Amino acid sequence: MVPLSWYLFLSAALFCIGLYGALARRNAIAVLMGIELMLNAVNVNLVAFWRHVAPQNLAGQAFAIFVITVAAAEAAVGLALIIAVYRTRRTVNVEELDLLKG
Amino acid sequence: MDFVSDLFVNLGRVWTDFLSMYLAPWLVRLINWLIVSTILLVIGLVTVLFLVWLERKIVARIQDRPGPNRVGPFGLLQTVADAVKLLTKEDITPAGADRIVYNLAPALATFSALMLMAVLPWGPRLIAADLNIGVLYLVALGSVATMAILMAGWSSNNKYALLGGFRVVAQLLSYEIPMILAMASVVLLAGSMSTQAIVEAQSPLPYVVFTPLAFLIYLLASLAEVGRVPFDLLEAESELITGYNIEYSGMKFAFFFLAEFINTFIVSIIAVTLFLGGWRGPLVDRFPVLGVFYLGIKVFVLLFAMSWFRGTLPRFRIDQMQMFAWKVLVPVALVNLLIVAVAVKLPGGLWAQAAFALAGNVITLLVTLGLLGRAARRFAERRGERLPVTT
Amino acid sequence: MLPLIFIAIAAMTLVGAIGVVTARNLFHAALFLVLSFFGVAGIFITLEAEFLGVAQVLIYVGAISILIIFAIMLSRGIARTAGSVLNAQWAVVAIGAMLLFALLVVLLLQINWPVVQAAAPPDAIAELGRAFVDEYVIPFEVASVLLVVALIGAIIIARERES
Repeated sequence: MVPLSWYLFLSAALFCIGLYGALARRNAIAVLMGIELMLNAVNVNLVAFWRHVAPQNLAGQAFAIFVITVAAAEAAVGLALIIAVYRTRRTVNVEELDLLKG
Repeated sequence: MDFVSDLFVNLGRVWTDFLSMYLAPWLVRLINWLIVSTILLVIGLVTVLFLVWLERKIVARIQDRPGPNRVGPFGLLQTVADAVKLLTKEDITPAGADRIVYNLAPALATFSALMLMAVLPWGPRLIAADLNIGVLYLVALGSVATMAILMAGWSSNNKYALLGGFRVVAQLLSYEIPMILAMASVVLLAGSMSTQAIVEAQSPLPYVVFTPLAFLIYLLASLAEVGRVPFDLLEAESELITGYNIEYSGMKFAFFFLAEFINTFIVSIIAVTLFLGGWRGPLVDRFPVLGVFYLGIKVFVLLFAMSWFRGTLPRFRIDQMQMFAWKVLVPVALVNLLIVAVAVKLPGGLWAQAAFALAGNVITLLVTLGLLGRAARRFAERRGERLPVTT
Repeated sequence: MLPLIFIAIAAMTLVGAIGVVTARNLFHAALFLVLSFFGVAGIFITLEAEFLGVAQVLIYVGAISILIIFAIMLSRGIARTAGSVLNAQWAVVAIGAMLLFALLVVLLLQINWPVVQAAAPPDAIAELGRAFVDEYVIPFEVASVLLVVALIGAIIIARERES
């Protein structure tokens, strides 16, 4: 079996890359892609812990499936919002979406 | 005689024993995997050669003309001639096309089609990879194919290819759901997602007796997934100038064509495996090698039926296709799943469960046809025409 | 053998992830994301969670990626990625992400995880199915309701205004 720390290293790297993508890109869809990367990192973490620490208890896999489900729902609604914003404001640049700004 | 009765498995065993005398176990396994993959690849490609010829002959006879009969005996080498022609065509890349994605798309389409062959059971112990999630694997690879088509449509740098790609993806996504629901009812009946276990569980009765409705739904949905008539809006040569593969020429176009026919072949095998008993048949316990033969016959019947559809049916419009998927197939598939779920838990033994499921299916089919007929009549009356009333 | 496979798949995942956050062309970023998803599915399979691996391919590659690509197509501005792809705070974010990564790595190398050398349960899928209707039935039902709500909500939000 591959050591647990390798999987945790991978998931930490994936999470930080996703965090950078979500906070540093201008296009709203690119931000969403960063969020998906972060959720994938969380899933890798969950399943790695399930396999190495408690393989009899299926909570790890069940939790990962729920994370996938919620990520799918969130991606659908997020992208619908982006499309609606694009229709009215003609831009998906997060720096230009500042109507609520003080 | 005993050796021949289970020919392929025994050949494999003899070969593995021979290799194990000289090489390390992991190397023997690796070589065996490579050989099995090559054999499956060759089976897929050679069958496609035969399949293209078969379809052209059948469609031609339905249209009262001879079909290809010049190249080789009965025109059997026509596909080879077509392949050579496509190979010698100029390989054009349209200006402004995204080169890597443009070249990757046909490869991905064929790749996902060929990968499906790994979990198909060809005989009693003859399967490349007996995954315990075989059915889910089939579904997942089908959804990868939609990605390939979207890539093809986008990278051609052509409005019409993009539009064609969108419509194709909409159709493929819509028909995935009834297909998955139909497969789910079979998984419920068999209690396992492994394709080999599903074939072995169809012991006295094939699952088409339990749920003929699921078989019909699966057949229609997979026809739409593959892109055959009557759902072949994707490759309609006279509409939308063939859609997403308009900018592809030569071998890349051949790859898309190849992917479609491999998909047709594999989808027929899946339908036979899930519903018609796969390699089951008389005397297959004593002579397992007959399993391949029975599988071949059943698959041939299905392929003949699909070519028959191609010769006789007109094609749907995109909105008719979508309506059919979402308003007819999905509710019917859900009701069917419910009936099968109840039938599996009935206490009376196998025959009582089969009778209940079959009765439920027939009732659902009649109700659906009645509702559809009424809707069609109302639609026709609204448009001012009278449908021919058949009593 | 398995460590080599893990390193190859992990490298593919990280290359895909870096491609997502640095690609100039948004469609290429989406394709790199698909590569990452395949990589994560491979990681699940090395962890003997095959159902999750195939479900990852089915849901993420087969549905969410296509959704993202549709959204990219439907929101193509006239001036395509003019200027930089990064917004004004990218330097701070880069430093923050690297600090977070360093912190996580230091933490996880210090903690002694209670690793068990047990084998994975043989019929994990049947157990998972049973768990969904036994212990996790409430989250399961709530997830179904969430999906229906998201479906209806997304359709309504993204619908064309009939005006």
